[in-house]
Amino acid sequence: MMLFVAIFAQFAVGGLTLVGLRRRPALAAALGVVVLACSAVLVAARGIGGAETSSYSVRWLPILGFNLNVQLDGFAVVMALLVSVLGAAVLVYSLAYFEHDGTYARFVGLFMAFAGSMFGLVLAEDLFTMFVFWELTSVWSFLLIGLNDKSTSARQAAVRALLTTGAGGLCLLAGVGILQVQYGTTSFSELLAAGPSGNFAHAAAILLLLGAFTKSAQFPFHFWLPGAMAAPTPVSAYLHSATMVKAGIVLLARTSPIFADVGVWRWWVVVAGVVTMVLGGWRALREVDAKLVLAYSTVSQLGLLTVLFGVGNRYATYAGVAHIVAHAIFKVGLFLGVGVIDHEIGTRDVSKIGAARRAMPTTTLAMVLSLLSMAGIIPLLGFATKEKALVALLDLERDAVGVVALAGVVVGSVLSVAYSIRLLRAVLRSDVAPERSQVAAHSSVDADHHSSVAVRIALSGPVVVAAAVSLAAGLTAATVGSWLVAPSKSLDVNAVSKLALWPGINDALITSAIVIAVGAVIGWRAPLSQSATSAATGERVFDGLYDTTMRLAKRITAVTQSGSLPIYVGVTLLVAAGGLVAGLVIDAPRLTGGVSWGSPLEALVSIVAMVLAVGVAVARPRFAGALFLGGVGYAIAVLFAMRGAPDLATTQLLVETLTIVVFLLALRSMTQKTGTHVGWTPRVLRLGIAVGVGIVVPLFLLAARASRIRPSPAQEYFARSLDEAGGRNVVNVILVDFRGFDTMGEIVVLAVAALGVVNLVRRAAR
Amino acid sequence: MKMRSSAILSELVDRWLTKVATLIAVYVTFRGHNAPGGGFAGGLLLGAAFVLQFLAGDEPSIRRRPIRNPEMLLGVGLLAAFGTTLAPLIAGGSPLESYIWKLDVPVIGEVKFVSSTLFDLGVFAVVVAVVLMILRALGTEGAGVSAHRGRAASRDQGGAPR
Repeated sequence: MMLFVAIFAQFAVGGLTLVGLRRRPALAAALGVVVLACSAVLVAARGIGGAETSSYSVRWLPILGFNLNVQLDGFAVVMALLVSVLGAAVLVYSLAYFEHDGTYARFVGLFMAFAGSMFGLVLAEDLFTMFVFWELTSVWSFLLIGLNDKSTSARQAAVRALLTTGAGGLCLLAGVGILQVQYGTTSFSELLAAGPSGNFAHAAAILLLLGAFTKSAQFPFHFWLPGAMAAPTPVSAYLHSATMVKAGIVLLARTSPIFADVGVWRWWVVVAGVVTMVLGGWRALREVDAKLVLAYSTVSQLGLLTVLFGVGNRYATYAGVAHIVAHAIFKVGLFLGVGVIDHEIGTRDVSKIGAARRAMPTTTLAMVLSLLSMAGIIPLLGFATKEKALVALLDLERDAVGVVALAGVVVGSVLSVAYSIRLLRAVLRSDVAPERSQVAAHSSVDADHHSSVAVRIALSGPVVVAAAVSLAAGLTAATVGSWLVAPSKSLDVNAVSKLALWPGINDALITSAIVIAVGAVIGWRAPLSQSATSAATGERVFDGLYDTTMRLAKRITAVTQSGSLPIYVGVTLLVAAGGLVAGLVIDAPRLTGGVSWGSPLEALVSIVAMVLAVGVAVARPRFAGALFLGGVGYAIAVLFAMRGAPDLATTQLLVETLTIVVFLLALRSMTQKTGTHVGWTPRVLRLGIAVGVGIVVPLFLLAARASRIRPSPAQEYFARSLDEAGGRNVVNVILVDFRGFDTMGEIVVLAVAALGVVNLVRRAAR
Repeated sequence: MKMRSSAILSELVDRWLTKVATLIAVYVTFRGHNAPGGGFAGGLLLGAAFVLQFLAGDEPSIRRRPIRNPEMLLGVGLLAAFGTTLAPLIAGGSPLESYIWKLDVPVIGEVKFVSSTLFDLGVFAVVVAVVLMILRALGTEGAGVSAHRGRAASRDQGGAPR
């Protein structure tokens, strides 16, 4: 219960900020920090040490078996703590980062809504609950990437991210649907017990993987993540590095034990992870923008995590959990650090950021520590976890998958060390003078910054803390490692292992040493100022697909929506009549029976209606046509009245009256006579359609009347009307109660039509 | 130019018609549950009254009165209908479920109120709003029908396609 309260509180702060506290974003952010801190405390108090897993569920759609189920098992505790603690840290940082920025209120609101969604996602105990929060995070991510809504590139990046992760979300939904139908559950534990296999499980597995890979930027869907760097630094640090992009990893972690032996699962996961890791590492080595370097390094590290959770041996799961933690901590520190540098000296160019060293020695030192952790160098946390990953992969069977995984991760690790060292060199570089003009151009805000201690603490604080945690956790690796055993066991009961500051000389350590040596050499020699690389291939493919879809849509619209009224009406009538003809031909029903012929007076009125109808068709002046049409309507109203349907008759009479008036009003601005022929629809064709439809519809009505196989529902309505709906007028009770949904739809159509008329006229008047 | 009779008519319409029509329309709407009538017919009736008012007078009367903002009425009507559709869900019922309240009012006797009446009132509001919106859209360009004829005719001569 308290878990839902925590999720709700985070959403509530988000909503409150967007609605009520727009003017006081700093207050809202402070509130957010408090709520996130409380959530973290709650998770820690509930989840750590307790023997049994606390879970809670809210009934939502019990008929479909969909309920919101959350649980606080070991893995959920780790992830929820990351989400809330890092969220609080980034929010503190943002207070200073967004100073004097008009979009801050929007940022805080969306940020808190995202935190709530992510918090729910990591606590989810079934795929359906996870999917709901999953989609929410996609939406918040879209809005946050496009926070600077005046920038075209930011908007484009936001659309790319949304469409990619959205498409993946749909795949995930389809997979969830298959599992729900096949196994009657989407709960992780129940699915594990069910042990899915066969074609449906195979299909579901592929769909889940598509969801996970789009969300976590795995090859070939990796392109949206670097684009998402258009967002402000706090967004990049939190969503696109520490939390949201881990959603796919969380999904993998939760479902790997279930699907590990299903079809292509292992192969695909390992290959995608390896390719992503190497590709991301390679790009990170070449980028010039420090933030993009970090983005590609995130892509690369996500690849490593994918491999670890994909190979699914007992060490790998543990290593995966540990590395999620290590990565989140050092990457948040790095992103925020780059943000500080950008904020202070106005550039993120790796050949220039060295200029910040003298001005901010503390921040620089903290970044160095985080970089060393990313490179996996002793004694930082990154060393211990990277070491564990190697141990796990060396322990794999030397089958094809195992070899690919090991070789890929070794190459990827070399690249990781290389880009970390390159960035380290950039940060420490002392031979760049700060570009005065740039500093000045970066606005006078900086003057405040240099004087304001509070701002500097808020900006550098999280960077320093992140680095300190990396270091402290690395030094106490054994203790930290023991905390991570329970979380790994909650994913895979066989998971074992421990972290160590000094593991002793073994295969993994030797591999590690070679990796670091080679990586350091590459990183040290890699040029800092690379000529700008071309746009990523994935991005170009995406844009090509997007543009083609748009062009195709336009072409189809141009063909189907010609704008000619005769064609619209003709097509509509032909299709309807075609359906009726098909029914008549296939069933060949009787045409007589069930019809009671009325009095001669009815025949007379009918003839009048027919004559008037012919008048509508032949009358040249539109004015006369409209009057004839009204006449037909009145005659039909009379028929209704004669057949004992006063409700229908009244309504018909009123509708006809109003229609004539509207018609006449509209005619004021049209030509007075109908044209002899309209567009390219020849008169014969129109005549044919009219006569054909006129013959088919009555025939069908006769047939329908004659071939009734069930008693009319009228009797039932009569019987139920007064008791259940409290009305004697059955017609009205049908409208507002028995068939109320129909009426609902009708009035909506009516409303939309009215809005359409208003806008059409307004547009024509212009 | 305006004829005298038209002015008298317009005044009559202004003063009485809408009031009486509103009364009748509401009556028709409420009686609908037990006798011919209902929200749709009621709404059309009031709409017809507005049309008559519009035809009798000049168009500003439709702008000024009686409902300044039909779009608002449209929204209110839709909300009322949606609300009565969804409200039973809160009480644990199924959508559109009817609730019947019976009140014992002194002198008048027993008064029965069915929740679907609210739905019907929503329909009523939507229909009235739609009529007003269309009337305003189509009726307010140009000064009036007679003045408009000339313009339309001249456009015919100039712009007739064939």
